[in-house]
Amino acid sequence: MAGSQPAALGVGPTNRVRLFWRSTVGKKIVMSVTGLIMVGFVLLHMIGNLQIFEGAARINAYSHFLHHTINELLWLVRVVLLVSVVLHIVAAIQLTRIDRAARPVAYRRREPQAATVASRSMRWGGLALALFIVFHVLHLTTGTIQPVPFAPGDVYANVMGGFRIWWVTLIYVLAMIALGLHIFHGAWSSIRTLGVNRPKAEPLRRPVAALVAVILWAGFSVVPVAVFFGWVR
Amino acid sequence: MKFILHVWRQAGPKAQGAFSVYEATGISGDMSFLEMMDVVNESLIEHGEQPVAFDHDCREGICGACGMMINGIAHGPMRATATCQLFMRHFEDGDTIYVEPWRARAFPVIKDLVVDRSAFDRVIAAGGYITAATGGARDANNILVAKTDADDAMDAAACIGCGACVAACPNGSASLFAGAKVTHLGVLPQGQAERRQRVLRMIAQMDEEGFGGCTWHGECHEACPKAISLDVISRMNADYLRALWAMRDEKQEQGAG
Ligand code: FES
Repeated sequence: MAGSQPAALGVGPTNRVRLFWRSTVGKKIVMSVTGLIMVGFVLLHMIGNLQIFEGAARINAYSHFLHHTINELLWLVRVVLLVSVVLHIVAAIQLTRIDRAARPVAYRRREPQAATVASRSMRWGGLALALFIVFHVLHLTTGTIQPVPFAPGDVYANVMGGFRIWWVTLIYVLAMIALGLHIFHGAWSSIRTLGVNRPKAEPLRRPVAALVAVILWAGFSVVPVAVFFGWVR
Repeated sequence: MKFILHVWRQAGPKAQGAFSVYEATGISGDMSFLEMMDVVNESLIEHGEQPVAFDHDCREGICGACGMMINGIAHGPMRATATCQLFMRHFEDGDTIYVEPWRARAFPVIKDLVVDRSAFDRVIAAGGYITAATGGARDANNILVAKTDADDAMDAAACIGCGACVAACPNGSASLFAGAKVTHLGVLPQGQAERRQRVLRMIAQMDEEGFGGCTWHGECHEACPKAISLDVISRMNADYLRALWAMRDEKQEQGAG
Protein backbone atom coordinates (compact mmCIF):
# COMPACT_ATOMS: atom_id res chain seq x y z
CA MET A 1 0.00 0.00 0.00
CA ALA A 2 2.95 2.30 0.54
CA GLY A 3 2.98 5.06 -2.02
CA SER A 4 -0.26 3.82 -3.56
CA GLN A 5 -2.36 6.59 -4.99
CA PRO A 6 -6.00 6.60 -4.01
CA ALA A 7 -7.39 4.77 -7.01
CA ALA A 8 -10.74 6.51 -6.77
CA LEU A 9 -9.25 9.79 -7.91
CA GLY A 10 -8.59 8.60 -11.43
CA VAL A 11 -12.29 8.44 -12.23
CA GLY A 12 -14.12 10.82 -14.51
CA PRO A 13 -16.62 13.45 -13.56
CA THR A 14 -19.59 11.12 -13.75
CA ASN A 15 -18.23 9.13 -10.86
CA ARG A 16 -18.02 12.13 -8.60
CA VAL A 17 -21.17 11.02 -6.82
CA ARG A 18 -19.76 7.58 -6.26
CA LEU A 19 -16.51 8.98 -4.96
CA PHE A 20 -18.49 11.14 -2.56
CA TRP A 21 -20.67 8.31 -1.32
CA ARG A 22 -17.71 5.97 -0.91
CA SER A 23 -15.85 8.27 1.46
CA THR A 24 -16.61 8.48 5.16
CA VAL A 25 -16.74 12.26 4.87
CA GLY A 26 -19.26 12.04 2.03
CA LYS A 27 -21.49 9.72 4.03
CA LYS A 28 -21.32 12.05 7.00
CA ILE A 29 -22.30 14.96 4.79
CA VAL A 30 -25.30 12.94 3.57
CA MET A 31 -26.25 12.27 7.17
CA SER A 32 -25.90 15.96 8.01
CA VAL A 33 -28.06 17.23 5.17
CA THR A 34 -30.77 14.61 5.64
CA GLY A 35 -30.64 15.17 9.40
CA LEU A 36 -31.10 18.91 9.03
CA ILE A 37 -34.03 18.34 6.65
CA MET A 38 -35.64 16.21 9.35
CA VAL A 39 -34.94 18.82 12.03
CA GLY A 40 -36.71 21.39 9.86
CA PHE A 41 -39.65 19.06 9.45
CA VAL A 42 -40.02 18.25 13.13
CA LEU A 43 -39.96 21.97 13.98
CA LEU A 44 -42.91 22.56 11.64
CA HIS A 45 -44.61 19.42 12.92
CA MET A 46 -44.25 20.62 16.50
CA ILE A 47 -45.70 24.04 15.72
CA GLY A 48 -48.62 22.34 13.99
CA ASN A 49 -49.26 20.09 16.98
CA LEU A 50 -49.48 22.96 19.42
CA GLN A 51 -52.72 24.07 17.77
CA ILE A 52 -54.43 21.34 19.77
CA PHE A 53 -54.49 23.84 22.62
CA GLU A 54 -56.76 26.05 20.55
CA GLY A 55 -59.44 23.40 20.37
CA ALA A 56 -60.84 20.73 18.09
CA ALA A 57 -61.98 23.06 15.33
CA ARG A 58 -58.56 24.64 14.92
CA ILE A 59 -56.47 21.45 14.82
CA ASN A 60 -58.91 19.64 12.56
CA ALA A 61 -59.04 22.60 10.20
CA TYR A 62 -55.25 22.53 10.06
CA SER A 63 -55.35 18.82 9.23
CA HIS A 64 -57.90 19.49 6.52
CA PHE A 65 -55.68 22.23 5.14
CA LEU A 66 -52.72 19.83 4.94
CA HIS A 67 -54.64 16.92 3.45
CA HIS A 68 -56.83 18.80 1.00
CA THR A 69 -55.75 22.37 0.33
CA ILE A 70 -52.04 21.61 -0.04
CA ASN A 71 -52.24 17.87 -0.60
CA GLU A 72 -49.61 17.82 -3.38
CA LEU A 73 -47.16 19.70 -1.20
CA LEU A 74 -47.82 17.30 1.64
CA TRP A 75 -46.92 14.38 -0.59
CA LEU A 76 -43.80 16.14 -1.81
CA VAL A 77 -42.72 16.63 1.80
CA ARG A 78 -43.46 13.00 2.55
CA VAL A 79 -41.33 11.83 -0.36
CA VAL A 80 -38.45 14.10 0.65
CA LEU A 81 -38.70 12.85 4.20
CA LEU A 82 -38.80 9.22 3.18
CA VAL A 83 -35.72 9.64 0.99
CA SER A 84 -33.98 11.49 3.84
CA VAL A 85 -34.81 8.83 6.39
CA VAL A 86 -33.60 6.04 4.12
CA LEU A 87 -30.34 7.79 3.23
CA HIS A 88 -29.75 8.75 6.85
CA ILE A 89 -30.21 5.19 8.06
CA VAL A 90 -28.23 3.54 5.27
CA ALA A 91 -25.29 5.91 5.81
CA ALA A 92 -25.52 5.40 9.56
CA ILE A 93 -25.38 1.63 9.24
CA GLN A 94 -22.47 1.72 6.81
CA LEU A 95 -20.51 4.20 8.92
CA THR A 96 -21.16 2.22 12.08
CA ARG A 97 -19.68 -0.82 10.39
CA ILE A 98 -16.63 1.13 9.24
CA ASP A 99 -16.17 2.68 12.68
CA ARG A 100 -16.47 -0.62 14.51
CA ALA A 101 -13.99 -2.25 12.13
CA ALA A 102 -11.53 0.59 12.76
CA ARG A 103 -11.03 -0.60 16.36
CA PRO A 104 -10.92 -4.39 16.25
CA VAL A 105 -9.30 -4.74 19.69
CA ALA A 106 -11.04 -2.88 22.50
CA TYR A 107 -9.21 -1.10 25.29
CA ARG A 108 -9.16 -2.75 28.66
CA ARG A 109 -9.67 0.63 30.29
CA ARG A 110 -11.19 3.61 28.61
CA GLU A 111 -12.08 6.97 30.19
CA PRO A 112 -14.03 9.21 27.82
CA GLN A 113 -12.94 12.82 28.20
CA ALA A 114 -15.33 14.81 26.06
CA ALA A 115 -18.04 12.50 24.73
CA THR A 116 -21.53 13.31 26.01
CA VAL A 117 -24.51 11.09 26.75
CA ALA A 118 -25.96 12.51 23.54
CA SER A 119 -22.94 11.75 21.39
CA ARG A 120 -22.64 8.24 22.76
CA SER A 121 -26.30 7.41 22.34
CA MET A 122 -26.56 8.47 18.71
CA ARG A 123 -26.67 4.95 17.35
CA TRP A 124 -29.01 3.28 19.83
CA GLY A 125 -31.03 6.48 20.18
CA GLY A 126 -31.33 6.68 16.41
CA LEU A 127 -32.56 3.10 16.27
CA ALA A 128 -35.11 3.87 18.98
CA LEU A 129 -36.30 6.91 17.03
CA ALA A 130 -36.63 4.86 13.84
CA LEU A 131 -38.83 2.34 15.68
CA PHE A 132 -40.81 5.15 17.25
CA ILE A 133 -41.44 6.78 13.86
CA VAL A 134 -42.89 3.51 12.57
CA PHE A 135 -45.10 3.24 15.64
CA HIS A 136 -46.15 6.87 15.41
CA VAL A 137 -47.10 6.69 11.72
CA LEU A 138 -49.09 3.49 12.33
CA HIS A 139 -50.76 5.13 15.31
CA LEU A 140 -51.69 8.64 14.23
CA THR A 141 -51.20 8.78 10.45
CA THR A 142 -52.61 5.51 9.13
CA GLY A 143 -54.52 4.42 12.20
CA THR A 144 -53.28 0.87 11.86
CA ILE A 145 -52.49 0.61 15.56
CA GLN A 146 -55.66 1.60 17.38
CA PRO A 147 -55.33 1.93 21.12
CA VAL A 148 -58.71 3.59 20.73
CA PRO A 149 -60.88 3.49 17.57
CA PHE A 150 -59.31 5.67 14.88
CA ALA A 151 -61.37 8.40 13.23
CA PRO A 152 -59.84 9.44 9.88
CA GLY A 153 -59.61 13.22 9.63
CA ASP A 154 -60.51 13.83 13.26
CA VAL A 155 -57.03 14.57 14.60
CA TYR A 156 -58.46 15.99 17.79
CA ALA A 157 -60.34 12.81 18.71
CA ASN A 158 -57.42 10.56 17.83
CA VAL A 159 -54.98 12.58 19.90
CA MET A 160 -57.34 12.98 22.84
CA GLY A 161 -58.17 9.27 22.80
CA GLY A 162 -54.63 7.95 22.29
CA PHE A 163 -52.91 10.02 24.95
CA ARG A 164 -55.40 9.11 27.66
CA ILE A 165 -53.75 5.69 27.64
CA TRP A 166 -50.73 5.62 29.91
CA TRP A 167 -48.46 3.41 27.82
CA VAL A 168 -49.06 5.39 24.66
CA THR A 169 -48.16 8.60 26.45
CA LEU A 170 -45.13 6.94 28.00
CA ILE A 171 -43.83 5.80 24.61
CA TYR A 172 -44.16 9.32 23.23
CA VAL A 173 -42.56 10.97 26.25
CA LEU A 174 -39.58 8.58 26.20
CA ALA A 175 -39.20 8.98 22.44
CA MET A 176 -39.08 12.75 22.80
CA ILE A 177 -36.18 12.45 25.25
CA ALA A 178 -34.39 10.38 22.62
CA LEU A 179 -35.27 13.03 20.02
CA GLY A 180 -33.91 15.85 22.17
CA LEU A 181 -30.62 14.04 22.78
CA HIS A 182 -30.28 13.03 19.14
CA ILE A 183 -30.79 16.59 17.96
CA PHE A 184 -28.60 18.12 20.67
CA HIS A 185 -25.68 16.22 19.21
CA GLY A 186 -26.89 15.81 15.64
CA ALA A 187 -27.86 19.39 14.83
CA TRP A 188 -24.58 20.70 16.17
CA SER A 189 -22.39 18.09 14.50
CA SER A 190 -24.26 18.44 11.19
CA ILE A 191 -23.27 22.07 10.98
CA ARG A 192 -19.67 21.14 11.75
CA THR A 193 -19.63 18.24 9.29
CA LEU A 194 -20.80 20.59 6.56
CA GLY A 195 -17.99 22.95 7.52
CA VAL A 196 -20.26 25.99 7.63
CA ASN A 197 -19.56 26.80 11.28
CA ARG A 198 -17.30 29.60 12.30
CA PRO A 199 -14.10 28.67 14.13
CA LYS A 200 -14.61 28.94 17.87
CA ALA A 201 -12.41 28.91 20.91
CA GLU A 202 -14.60 26.30 22.58
CA PRO A 203 -15.97 24.17 19.77
CA LEU A 204 -17.85 21.84 22.10
CA ARG A 205 -20.18 24.62 23.28
CA ARG A 206 -23.43 24.51 21.33
CA PRO A 207 -26.03 26.93 22.64
CA VAL A 208 -28.14 26.98 19.46
CA ALA A 209 -28.33 23.20 19.18
CA ALA A 210 -29.17 22.99 22.88
CA LEU A 211 -31.98 25.53 22.44
CA VAL A 212 -33.42 23.74 19.41
CA ALA A 213 -33.26 20.41 21.24
CA VAL A 214 -35.01 21.80 24.33
CA ILE A 215 -37.70 23.54 22.27
CA LEU A 216 -38.43 20.36 20.33
CA TRP A 217 -38.40 18.16 23.40
CA ALA A 218 -40.73 20.45 25.34
CA GLY A 219 -42.94 21.38 22.39
CA PHE A 220 -43.62 17.78 21.50
CA SER A 221 -43.86 16.35 25.02
CA VAL A 222 -46.37 18.93 26.20
CA VAL A 223 -49.16 17.55 24.00
CA PRO A 224 -49.30 13.93 25.23
CA VAL A 225 -48.60 15.02 28.81
CA ALA A 226 -51.29 17.70 28.76
CA VAL A 227 -53.85 15.36 27.22
CA PHE A 228 -53.02 12.64 29.70
CA PHE A 229 -53.54 14.91 32.68
CA GLY A 230 -56.71 16.35 31.19
CA TRP A 231 -55.38 19.86 30.65
CA VAL A 232 -56.69 19.96 27.08
CA ARG A 233 -60.38 20.51 26.53
CA MET B 1 6.62 6.75 44.93
CA LYS B 2 5.30 3.34 44.07
CA PHE B 3 2.92 2.21 41.34
CA ILE B 4 1.27 -1.00 40.24
CA LEU B 5 1.43 -1.21 36.44
CA HIS B 6 -0.71 -3.38 34.23
CA VAL B 7 1.20 -3.31 30.96
CA TRP B 8 0.16 -4.80 27.64
CA ARG B 9 2.81 -7.27 26.52
CA GLN B 10 2.78 -8.70 23.03
CA ALA B 11 5.84 -10.44 21.59
CA GLY B 12 5.12 -9.61 17.95
CA PRO B 13 2.49 -8.47 15.46
CA LYS B 14 0.83 -11.87 15.25
CA ALA B 15 1.44 -12.97 18.83
CA GLN B 16 -1.28 -13.19 21.43
CA GLY B 17 -0.94 -10.32 23.90
CA ALA B 18 -1.83 -10.06 27.57
CA PHE B 19 -1.42 -7.73 30.52
CA SER B 20 1.54 -8.24 32.85
CA VAL B 21 1.61 -6.70 36.29
CA TYR B 22 4.75 -4.90 37.44
CA GLU B 23 5.56 -2.94 40.52
CA ALA B 24 7.39 0.33 39.89
CA THR B 25 9.28 1.30 43.03
CA GLY B 26 11.62 4.16 43.93
CA ILE B 27 9.90 6.51 41.48
CA SER B 28 10.39 10.25 41.90
CA GLY B 29 7.49 12.55 41.19
CA ASP B 30 9.80 14.51 38.90
CA MET B 31 10.27 11.55 36.60
CA SER B 32 8.34 11.51 33.36
CA PHE B 33 6.10 8.59 32.56
CA LEU B 34 8.74 7.29 30.16
CA GLU B 35 11.45 7.59 32.80
CA MET B 36 9.28 5.56 35.12
CA MET B 37 8.99 2.96 32.35
CA ASP B 38 12.80 3.06 32.01
CA VAL B 39 13.13 2.20 35.70
CA VAL B 40 10.73 -0.71 35.28
CA ASN B 41 12.64 -1.89 32.23
CA GLU B 42 15.96 -1.81 34.04
CA SER B 43 14.65 -4.05 36.74
CA LEU B 44 13.17 -6.34 34.08
CA ILE B 45 16.56 -6.58 32.41
CA GLU B 46 18.21 -7.28 35.76
CA HIS B 47 15.82 -10.17 36.23
CA GLY B 48 16.64 -11.50 32.79
CA GLU B 49 13.26 -10.53 31.33
CA GLN B 50 12.41 -8.71 28.12
CA PRO B 51 12.03 -4.98 28.68
CA VAL B 52 8.73 -3.37 27.65
CA ALA B 53 9.04 -2.01 24.12
CA PHE B 54 7.72 1.53 23.67
CA ASP B 55 8.32 4.32 21.16
CA HIS B 56 10.10 7.49 22.19
CA ASP B 57 12.58 9.91 20.73
CA CYS B 58 12.81 13.57 21.68
CA ARG B 59 11.27 13.23 25.16
CA GLU B 60 10.42 16.89 25.01
CA GLY B 61 6.97 16.71 23.48
CA ILE B 62 7.86 17.73 19.94
CA CYS B 63 8.51 14.64 17.87
CA GLY B 64 5.35 12.59 18.25
CA ALA B 65 7.10 9.26 18.74
CA CYS B 66 5.79 8.51 22.22
CA GLY B 67 2.25 7.55 23.04
CA MET B 68 0.48 5.19 25.39
CA MET B 69 -3.05 4.73 26.57
CA ILE B 70 -2.67 5.48 30.27
CA ASN B 71 -5.60 4.48 32.45
CA GLY B 72 -7.87 4.73 29.46
CA ILE B 73 -6.73 8.19 28.40
CA ALA B 74 -4.43 8.76 25.44
CA HIS B 75 -1.18 10.32 26.74
CA GLY B 76 -2.57 10.15 30.27
CA PRO B 77 -4.58 12.50 32.42
CA MET B 78 -2.93 15.87 31.72
CA ARG B 79 -4.40 17.93 28.90
CA ALA B 80 -2.27 18.98 25.94
CA THR B 81 0.59 16.79 27.15
CA ALA B 82 2.52 14.04 25.40
CA THR B 83 3.41 10.92 27.38
CA CYS B 84 7.05 11.99 27.61
CA GLN B 85 5.99 15.26 29.23
CA LEU B 86 3.66 13.63 31.73
CA PHE B 87 5.17 13.62 35.20
CA MET B 88 4.59 11.07 37.91
CA ARG B 89 3.67 13.75 40.44
CA HIS B 90 0.30 13.89 38.68
CA PHE B 91 -0.46 10.42 39.99
CA GLU B 92 -1.17 9.33 43.55
CA ASP B 93 1.41 7.24 45.31
CA GLY B 94 0.36 3.59 45.07
CA ASP B 95 -1.89 4.11 42.04
CA THR B 96 -2.72 1.22 39.76
CA ILE B 97 -2.02 2.27 36.18
CA TYR B 98 -3.12 0.46 33.03
CA VAL B 99 -0.78 0.97 30.09
CA GLU B 100 -2.03 -0.04 26.65
CA PRO B 101 -0.90 0.57 23.08
CA TRP B 102 -2.92 2.72 20.67
CA ARG B 103 -5.72 0.51 19.42
CA ALA B 104 -6.76 0.87 15.79
CA ARG B 105 -6.97 -1.36 12.77
CA ALA B 106 -4.74 1.11 10.93
CA PHE B 107 -2.16 1.01 13.76
CA PRO B 108 -1.24 -2.67 14.17
CA VAL B 109 0.83 -3.54 17.23
CA ILE B 110 4.45 -4.31 16.39
CA LYS B 111 5.52 -5.20 19.91
CA ASP B 112 4.18 -4.40 23.38
CA LEU B 113 3.31 -0.70 23.26
CA VAL B 114 4.84 0.00 19.85
CA VAL B 115 2.38 0.37 16.99
CA ASP B 116 2.95 0.83 13.28
CA ARG B 117 1.83 4.36 12.40
CA SER B 118 2.99 4.32 8.80
CA ALA B 119 -0.67 4.75 7.79
CA PHE B 120 -0.16 8.39 8.80
CA ASP B 121 2.88 8.62 6.52
CA ARG B 122 0.80 7.39 3.63
CA VAL B 123 -1.93 9.92 4.35
CA ILE B 124 0.70 12.65 4.29
CA ALA B 125 2.26 11.25 1.13
CA ALA B 126 -1.15 11.38 -0.53
CA GLY B 127 -1.36 15.15 -0.28
CA GLY B 128 0.69 16.72 2.51
CA TYR B 129 3.07 18.62 0.28
CA ILE B 130 3.29 21.80 -1.79
CA THR B 131 4.98 22.62 -5.04
CA ALA B 132 7.73 25.21 -4.78
CA ALA B 133 9.85 26.96 -7.36
CA THR B 134 13.49 26.00 -7.41
CA GLY B 135 16.26 28.52 -7.83
CA GLY B 136 17.22 31.38 -5.59
CA ALA B 137 15.36 31.49 -2.34
CA ARG B 138 12.82 34.29 -2.06
CA ASP B 139 12.68 36.65 0.81
CA ALA B 140 10.81 35.02 3.63
CA ASN B 141 8.23 37.74 3.87
CA ASN B 142 7.52 38.59 0.25
CA ILE B 143 4.36 36.49 0.23
CA LEU B 144 1.78 38.29 2.31
CA VAL B 145 -0.19 36.17 4.76
CA ALA B 146 -2.99 37.51 6.92
CA LYS B 147 -2.22 37.24 10.61
CA THR B 148 -5.28 35.11 11.29
CA ASP B 149 -4.35 32.69 8.49
CA ALA B 150 -0.81 32.46 9.74
CA ASP B 151 -2.14 31.71 13.23
CA ASP B 152 -4.54 29.04 11.98
CA ALA B 153 -1.82 27.42 9.89
CA MET B 154 0.61 27.49 12.80
CA ASP B 155 -1.91 25.99 15.22
CA ALA B 156 -2.64 23.17 12.81
CA ALA B 157 1.04 22.66 11.99
CA ALA B 158 1.65 21.95 15.67
CA CYS B 159 0.42 18.39 14.97
CA ILE B 160 3.26 15.99 15.73
CA GLY B 161 1.51 12.96 14.22
CA CYS B 162 1.57 10.93 17.42
CA GLY B 163 -1.74 9.19 16.71
CA ALA B 164 -3.42 10.03 20.01
CA CYS B 165 -6.46 11.38 18.12
CA VAL B 166 -7.01 8.00 16.50
CA ALA B 167 -6.32 6.19 19.76
CA ALA B 168 -8.81 8.30 21.71
CA CYS B 169 -11.56 8.33 19.08
CA PRO B 170 -14.27 5.74 19.73
CA ASN B 171 -14.42 5.34 15.93
CA GLY B 172 -10.67 5.12 15.38
CA SER B 173 -10.94 8.13 13.10
CA ALA B 174 -7.96 10.07 11.79
CA SER B 175 -10.03 13.17 11.04
CA LEU B 176 -8.19 15.47 13.43
CA PHE B 177 -4.84 14.45 11.98
CA ALA B 178 -5.93 14.78 8.34
CA GLY B 179 -7.81 17.98 9.16
CA ALA B 180 -4.67 19.45 10.73
CA LYS B 181 -2.64 18.72 7.61
CA VAL B 182 -5.32 20.02 5.25
CA THR B 183 -5.67 23.19 7.31
CA HIS B 184 -2.00 23.81 7.85
CA LEU B 185 -1.27 23.78 4.11
CA GLY B 186 -4.64 24.89 2.81
CA VAL B 187 -4.90 28.27 4.54
CA LEU B 188 -1.50 29.46 3.32
CA PRO B 189 -0.93 30.95 -0.15
CA GLN B 190 1.85 28.43 -0.74
CA GLY B 191 -0.58 25.55 -0.37
CA GLN B 192 -3.19 26.70 -2.87
CA ALA B 193 -1.92 24.89 -5.96
CA GLU B 194 -2.73 21.47 -4.54
CA ARG B 195 -5.53 22.53 -2.25
CA ARG B 196 -8.29 20.63 -4.02
CA GLN B 197 -6.48 17.45 -4.86
CA ARG B 198 -4.88 17.43 -1.41
CA VAL B 199 -8.12 17.14 0.49
CA LEU B 200 -9.58 14.60 -1.93
CA ARG B 201 -6.49 12.42 -1.83
CA MET B 202 -5.88 12.62 1.90
CA ILE B 203 -9.48 11.68 2.68
CA ALA B 204 -9.42 8.82 0.17
CA GLN B 205 -6.17 7.54 1.68
CA MET B 206 -7.49 7.94 5.22
CA ASP B 207 -10.48 5.78 4.31
CA GLU B 208 -8.33 3.24 2.52
CA GLU B 209 -6.14 2.80 5.59
CA GLY B 210 -9.18 1.69 7.59
CA PHE B 211 -9.67 4.67 9.88
CA GLY B 212 -13.25 5.32 11.00
CA GLY B 213 -15.42 8.37 10.43
CA CYS B 214 -15.87 11.43 12.62
CA THR B 215 -18.93 11.56 14.87
CA TRP B 216 -17.86 14.65 16.82
CA HIS B 217 -17.35 13.13 20.23
CA GLY B 218 -14.48 15.57 20.66
CA GLU B 219 -12.22 12.95 22.24
CA CYS B 220 -9.41 13.64 19.74
CA HIS B 221 -9.07 17.26 20.75
CA GLU B 222 -8.93 16.32 24.43
CA ALA B 223 -6.24 13.73 23.75
CA CYS B 224 -4.13 15.85 21.41
CA PRO B 225 -0.82 16.87 22.99
CA LYS B 226 -1.05 20.07 20.94
CA ALA B 227 -4.77 20.60 21.67
CA ILE B 228 -5.54 21.01 17.98
CA SER B 229 -9.02 22.39 17.49
CA LEU B 230 -11.96 20.44 16.12
CA ASP B 231 -12.33 23.32 13.69
CA VAL B 232 -9.70 21.73 11.45
CA ILE B 233 -12.17 18.91 10.74
CA SER B 234 -14.87 21.37 9.69
CA ARG B 235 -12.37 23.11 7.49
CA MET B 236 -11.32 19.84 5.89
CA ASN B 237 -14.96 18.97 5.17
CA ALA B 238 -15.66 22.38 3.69
CA ASP B 239 -12.60 22.03 1.47
CA TYR B 240 -13.72 18.55 0.53
CA LEU B 241 -17.12 19.74 -0.64
CA ARG B 242 -15.59 22.57 -2.62
CA ALA B 243 -13.00 20.29 -4.19
CA LEU B 244 -15.61 17.74 -5.14
CA TRP B 245 -17.79 20.44 -6.63
CA ALA B 246 -14.89 21.68 -8.76
CA MET B 247 -13.81 18.26 -9.97
CA ARG B 248 -15.71 18.39 -13.24
CA ASP B 249 -14.02 21.60 -14.28
CA GLU B 250 -10.59 20.19 -13.60
CA LYS B 251 -11.40 17.20 -15.74
CA GLN B 252 -12.47 19.34 -18.68
CA GLU B 253 -9.36 21.44 -18.48
CA GLN B 254 -7.25 18.32 -18.60
CA GLY B 255 -9.15 17.02 -21.61
CA ALA B 256 -8.65 20.22 -23.55
CA GLY B 257 -4.94 20.35 -22.81
S1 FES C 1 9.11 11.42 22.75
FE1 FES C 1 8.96 13.02 21.29
S2 FES C 1 6.97 13.75 21.70
FE2 FES C 1 7.25 12.32 23.31
